[in-house]
Amino acid sequence: MILVCLILLPLTGGIASLLAARWHRDASRWIAMAAVGIDLLLTVVLWSSAPQSRWLYECNQDWIPQFGIRFHLAVDGLSLILLALTFFLGLMSVLASWTEIQDRIGFFHFNLLWVLAGITGVFLSLDLFLFYLFWELMLVPMYFLIGIWGHERRIYAAIKFFLFTQLSGLLMLAAIITLAILHQRSSGVLSFDYDSLMNTPLSSGMARLLMLGFFAAFAVKLPAVPVHTWLPDAHTEAPTAGSVVLAGLLLKTGAYGLIRFVLPFFPTSSHELAPVMMTLGVVGVLYGAFMALTQPDLKRLVAYTSVSHMGFVLIGIFAGNDIALTGAFMTMISHGISTGALFILAGALQHRMHTRQIARMGGLWETMPALSGAGVFFVMASVGLPGLGDFIGEFLVLFGAYRASVPLTAIATLGIIAATLYGLKVTSQVFQGPNRHNWRLHDLFAREWVIIGSMMACLLWLGLYPQSFIRMFQTSTTASQTIASASISPDGASSR
Amino acid sequence: MLSLLWLIPAIPFASAAVLALFGSRLSRRAAGCLGAGSIGISALVAILAAVEFLVSTPPGNATTQHLWTWMSVGGFRPGLGLYFDPVALVMVLVVTFVGFLIHLYSVEYMRDDDGFSRFFAYMNLFVAAMLTLVLANNLLLLYLGWEGVGLCSFLLIGFWYRDPANVRAANKAFLVTRIGDTAMAIGLFLIATQLGTLDIQEAMHRATAQWSAGSAIAIATAALLLGGAVGKSAQLPLQTWLPDAMAGPTPTSALIHAATMVTAGVYLIARTSALFTLAPPVQFAVALIGATTMLLSAFSAMAQRDLKRVLAYSTMSQIGYMFLALGLGAWSAAIFHLMTHAFFKALLFLAAGVVIQAMHHDQDMFHMGGLRFELPVAFWSFVIGGSALAGLPLITAGFFSKDLILWQAWAGPNGNGWFWIIGLFGAALTSFYTYRMILLVFFGPEKEDLAYKPGPVAAIPLVVLCVFSIIGGYVDTPPDFGGVPALSNFLNSILPPLNEVHIGPITEVITAICASAAFAIGLAFAYLIYGPWRARTAAPREDLLLRLWYSGFGFDKLYEILFVTPFQFVARRSSSDVIDHIYTGIAKLADLGSRGLRHAQNGRVRWYATGVAAGFIVLFAVALLGSLILWG
Repeated sequence: MILVCLILLPLTGGIASLLAARWHRDASRWIAMAAVGIDLLLTVVLWSSAPQSRWLYECNQDWIPQFGIRFHLAVDGLSLILLALTFFLGLMSVLASWTEIQDRIGFFHFNLLWVLAGITGVFLSLDLFLFYLFWELMLVPMYFLIGIWGHERRIYAAIKFFLFTQLSGLLMLAAIITLAILHQRSSGVLSFDYDSLMNTPLSSGMARLLMLGFFAAFAVKLPAVPVHTWLPDAHTEAPTAGSVVLAGLLLKTGAYGLIRFVLPFFPTSSHELAPVMMTLGVVGVLYGAFMALTQPDLKRLVAYTSVSHMGFVLIGIFAGNDIALTGAFMTMISHGISTGALFILAGALQHRMHTRQIARMGGLWETMPALSGAGVFFVMASVGLPGLGDFIGEFLVLFGAYRASVPLTAIATLGIIAATLYGLKVTSQVFQGPNRHNWRLHDLFAREWVIIGSMMACLLWLGLYPQSFIRMFQTSTTASQTIASASISPDGASSR
Repeated sequence: MLSLLWLIPAIPFASAAVLALFGSRLSRRAAGCLGAGSIGISALVAILAAVEFLVSTPPGNATTQHLWTWMSVGGFRPGLGLYFDPVALVMVLVVTFVGFLIHLYSVEYMRDDDGFSRFFAYMNLFVAAMLTLVLANNLLLLYLGWEGVGLCSFLLIGFWYRDPANVRAANKAFLVTRIGDTAMAIGLFLIATQLGTLDIQEAMHRATAQWSAGSAIAIATAALLLGGAVGKSAQLPLQTWLPDAMAGPTPTSALIHAATMVTAGVYLIARTSALFTLAPPVQFAVALIGATTMLLSAFSAMAQRDLKRVLAYSTMSQIGYMFLALGLGAWSAAIFHLMTHAFFKALLFLAAGVVIQAMHHDQDMFHMGGLRFELPVAFWSFVIGGSALAGLPLITAGFFSKDLILWQAWAGPNGNGWFWIIGLFGAALTSFYTYRMILLVFFGPEKEDLAYKPGPVAAIPLVVLCVFSIIGGYVDTPPDFGGVPALSNFLNSILPPLNEVHIGPITEVITAICASAAFAIGLAFAYLIYGPWRARTAAPREDLLLRLWYSGFGFDKLYEILFVTPFQFVARRSSSDVIDHIYTGIAKLADLGSRGLRHAQNGRVRWYATGVAAGFIVLFAVALLGSLILWG
């Protein structure tokens, strides 16, 4: 029941904040904050009292029995931590929008909370029909968030985002339905349930086709090169909260889908296609970092760094061992926080300076030492400085991938240098240098201190004691199944 | 005290955090006390730990302190743990003690800077990272310290961030060292995969047991680690960042060059000596890189005008000696030279800071002169530190450590006459550029209107370092002179001792005499060319060779042509995403199609009738053709 609550709270909270906006300007902000905050608390409670079982909590009800569709929610270590990330970043988004959004406040928070609800549903659903429903639920409010509260080219970006996601989503829907029908043929029962579909006997050609159907949707969300081009536009044009949710959470649904569905459903195909996928990941790492380096727009730069980081995730997922997979997971979490924080800082700068152009910035340290210090901190997290979260993820991914392919790993490691380059570009051209344009700006407000401080603390926690996350992740069933079924190297991780 | 080992890096870390978060609210006095005091306490803990270690040496000559398990995935479980053995002990003492003196000096040096607390936050973090590096019991934690040191050097070199030149220098340092770090990271993957652990001692044991000497895997691993080491220690071919690193405040340079950062590479190689022993070609490369860097930078140092750049090149040169020693298997000699170098190089930089402040931040030596009367403390610091650098026989610390390297370059199993001669030649060059510097700065026509004279807070560290630049050598004196090689004996309990195999015409005494001769020759030439009676031309003779030396053999230019320019060329032309053109192309195509078809819907019946007729004809043709093919 608590799982249903997790989804219902933002849904009802969204409606409440829509209505409350008529009554008072800030009421919808407080309602949104309360709804997400309670969800975060609930998640923490779940986390601290998690029993040792396959699914920590489960809720399984009949929904549309004619088609074998069930209302099946469950949470394991993987989804629980992603839920915590969802509500944490949700809270940060509400806080970050506090002064930025002044227009149609109620509807804004409605959309924000409904996106969060969709994401929560995606992380919880174990019925593929339900999963697809939530997958689509994420899309529409996000479209509005970009299209209404975005910047100059918001309509273009919103439509692009919608088209990419929708088209690839349809491929996944086709794959889901085909899988269900094939399962019905072999077993006589129509079901969309995770466990039933997992063991559907498939010919290798069909398995590969279906896998690519799923992969299409997840690769677009991740995003993997070459279907990443919606991302820079969407991230850049979205309001701060939109960028945070996009980078921190929506991208993670792609990675989550790969871990939750693609690997366990199609272990053999995943194994066979792993070299292709890892190559895509390596290309993403380098291409994203290189594109980030060339961007004149700060938010666009940060957006491209996401492409680079998600390349590491893709490598980690398909490297076929526990270490790399754990690394992918750690990168997901850390990237959510470090990139989310960078977007919040970029938003704070845009709010103060009314520009995102790096050329208009420079020497901001002089006028905003605290914000600049925080900026350098998060940039360093993003370029993988040890001691902060992203390093753990990238290190484990590369270390694990090394067992799968030495040359690919060596090339991906060059991503460290590429990341250094874009990191240095941000620090030296935004924060350091002479204050050429004579900016006099207000340093961090108390509200921003809270956001920045808590995100810094999270990154340090992730970097210095990642074990609390890794342990939780390892309880999740997918991890162990993946290793059992898709291990690439026979002498791989599990034997050491 | 050994159980409180963790305090040694933890105190500076904590103090750095406090200074970073609340520094703007602290008074200068409080920030200075915290900044310098934390390193002082850390040094105190280190000294107590060292005393305890010496008094009751733990079994196995080392002690490990496990803090917590960093992560545990699939059998890979690097811990956060500290490892304290003679090598770590010497390093920790050097880092904390020299670091403390530099911090103390900085309290006065930075007194008027508006980034006072920020400066101490960075400096503390720097020392903390370096202490983590030297105390780490596994390579991953070492890598954390390693990268932390890189970050702090970046922050400190670019400390005066308003000047783009400083920012460029900082970026260069970070990037160049990170290129080396990337090689090192791959080396770590290799070690962890092949040996199944990143614990340094365990990995070394397993490497020795599993890998045969000269095997490809050992060579690859050692070469990758060497990549990291040359980056941090500013050796060829990644040496170019160090001369520019002068952009930071002078105490920063002292810290980078003496106690932290550049010594990290030497430490890493000494730490993984077992691995390098298994890879003779790489070890030979270490010696070769060291010897080459030593000579090239010594030449460069002779041609510089900027006081700090002379010192920078001399650092590269001296680290070159250490690499030479490492490459020859003279592990403890390298650490010995690292220690004495830390004393006299910190001394020289801090004294240079006094001179530069007095000269209104002009660093050109040809604008200086006659400062020995006005700045006696700086003068004597330069004389003592410089003589240690040049190797004034029997008195200074630098003589003993350099002499040990020279002797082992001959006598060691990998040694030969060439390294011995190159080393001696380098010693002569060192002596020349050192005294050239001293003569230019402190002799000749006197300068008036000095901006600054050091107060007691700045003078005390100088005096202490002067003392150590002299007595620091006596911890290890050659037995042939009736001395006791105490440090070597101490270190050799961990590092493999060097067997002297080449007992030929050259003995240790002859080496020492030759080194003394080299010292004298350098001094004599410096005095002849730059002596007080010589007129100083504002611009020294500009011939091709001098220009080459002055530019550090043109490596910057070379890298600029090879890497920077092409990269910038490509980068400038690609800010729009090529792949996106595919999708915008599809969109344009769809748009074009819709425009085209829009023309068809124009409301004229004739057009529609024609369209229907044309469609019918086409369909008919298709049907006809199809039936022909199918049944024809």
